[in-house]
Amino acid sequence: MMSTSLSGQRGREQPSGAVALDSSAIPAMTLGTPIVAGGESSCSLQIMAGPATRTLDPYVVGSSVLGVKYKDGVLLAADTLGSYGSTLRFKSVERLRKVGKNTVVGASGEISDFVYIMSLLDELTTLDYCWGDGKELSPKEVHSYLNRVMYNRRNKFDPLWNAVIVAGVHGGESYLGVVNLIGVHYEDSHLATGFGNHLARPIFRAEHRVDMTEEEAIRLLEKSLRVLYYRDKQSINKYQLAKITAEGTQISKPFALTTEWSYTAFEDPAKVAVGTW
Amino acid sequence: MACTLSMEAQAEGVETRGVVKNRSSFNPYDNNGGTCVAIAGEDYCVIAADTRLSTGFSILTRDASKIVQLSEKSVLGTSGFQADMKTLQKMLNAKNQVYRHQHNKEMSCPAMAQLLSNTLYYKRFFPYYTFNLLGGLDNEGKGCVYTYDAVGSYERVGYSVQGTGQQLVVPVLDNQLKSASPLLYPPQSTATPLTESEAVDIVKDTMASAGERDIYTGDAVEVVIINRQGIRRETFPLKKD
Repeated sequence: MMSTSLSGQRGREQPSGAVALDSSAIPAMTLGTPIVAGGESSCSLQIMAGPATRTLDPYVVGSSVLGVKYKDGVLLAADTLGSYGSTLRFKSVERLRKVGKNTVVGASGEISDFVYIMSLLDELTTLDYCWGDGKELSPKEVHSYLNRVMYNRRNKFDPLWNAVIVAGVHGGESYLGVVNLIGVHYEDSHLATGFGNHLARPIFRAEHRVDMTEEEAIRLLEKSLRVLYYRDKQSINKYQLAKITAEGTQISKPFALTTEWSYTAFEDPAKVAVGTW
Repeated sequence: MACTLSMEAQAEGVETRGVVKNRSSFNPYDNNGGTCVAIAGEDYCVIAADTRLSTGFSILTRDASKIVQLSEKSVLGTSGFQADMKTLQKMLNAKNQVYRHQHNKEMSCPAMAQLLSNTLYYKRFFPYYTFNLLGGLDNEGKGCVYTYDAVGSYERVGYSVQGTGQQLVVPVLDNQLKSASPLLYPPQSTATPLTESEAVDIVKDTMASAGERDIYTGDAVEVVIINRQGIRRETFPLKKD
């Protein structure tokens, strides 16, 4: 529903000369149905069929996702905002989702693309369940699968506009990996997407250890989330935390963090940064 | 009527193309940086690459390998776009496995070199944005290095560098390793006269130097040495700044 109204809006933005290329503006020009009656072949669809520009930019997006390994497993954190430009459009979007028993994925970027990614993953988990042998995809396998999906879509110039973090525990080993819209993927003991790469990872690099306790790891994540909330315009003070251990996975109810806005640098930024206004 | 509309579209071709171009900010490529160095000796080959993965001014991870062993006799080092690198490695591994089943033998390094060229050229019009060095031992047991561009042009050389540190390292190797010119007749061996340990040392020094000035090179170096005994892997740290 959302996408329909948006593509309608897109059609209006187009200069009149460009209308012919916008598939949403001329619904009749579908592939495989030449509308020309008795016209020459040059008048048919190959002129209409420009590259699909549908998803070449994102609409409703989520901001950073953070992930850290710790002593007993992995923790993920993200806020619950789906922003539409600078509008805080959806404030209860669950961006951390379970995949089977031992994996959680967290997505930043286009929310609708993430919903689609979840439909792919849910199909895989259902298939695993149907075998009835209790076996499931490991976190590494989920990551591997997503890597290929993301890369294939970038090859079609129709990317899934996300950076997805995959976290899990399998065979006593913690797993933490990420993949983005062009298919670049890697593992690390701590990860962050989007703004988190600039604001949270430096904190992780200074303070993170893989043998942290759960309490320490949560405190580290809260500290980073707070910094992100102070500096990332597209974030809200409403978060979810996912914990994955050998015992299973839990995704928390949304919660808020305490904030402190009376820092001198917040009240009068110019005073502490000479040359600014 | 529909015909008139499409003719209009054709007339507006340039402009519409402009509109499409202005709107799409999607870029399917990235340069994730990194430097690869390879040196061939009479009976060995050294190939090394750093383990930093970057995008722009950000470091994504400090521990991402750029080197894979493709067969008993060949090792590949790649810099450029990481997603293409991983895909290329998967393609070559799959093709190598098919080769082994069909021919019941290991692929030689020169054969792997040709296969890599063909694999790159196959995507000539949507290239793998990767810069490759293939190192190994040839059919006579001599060290060999093959160096590539992104679309499959390749050449057997005595030593080579690829990636973001290329400009920094190439003149040093040109100065230190007197490899025979490929223009000489009768042709001479391009392998360098260094011993294996000398080659390993010079590779480590050049990588450390590249790390000093190239922001995309650092964190650690992975060195792979191929000789009669087999393949051995070493890592040593670089500066993390």
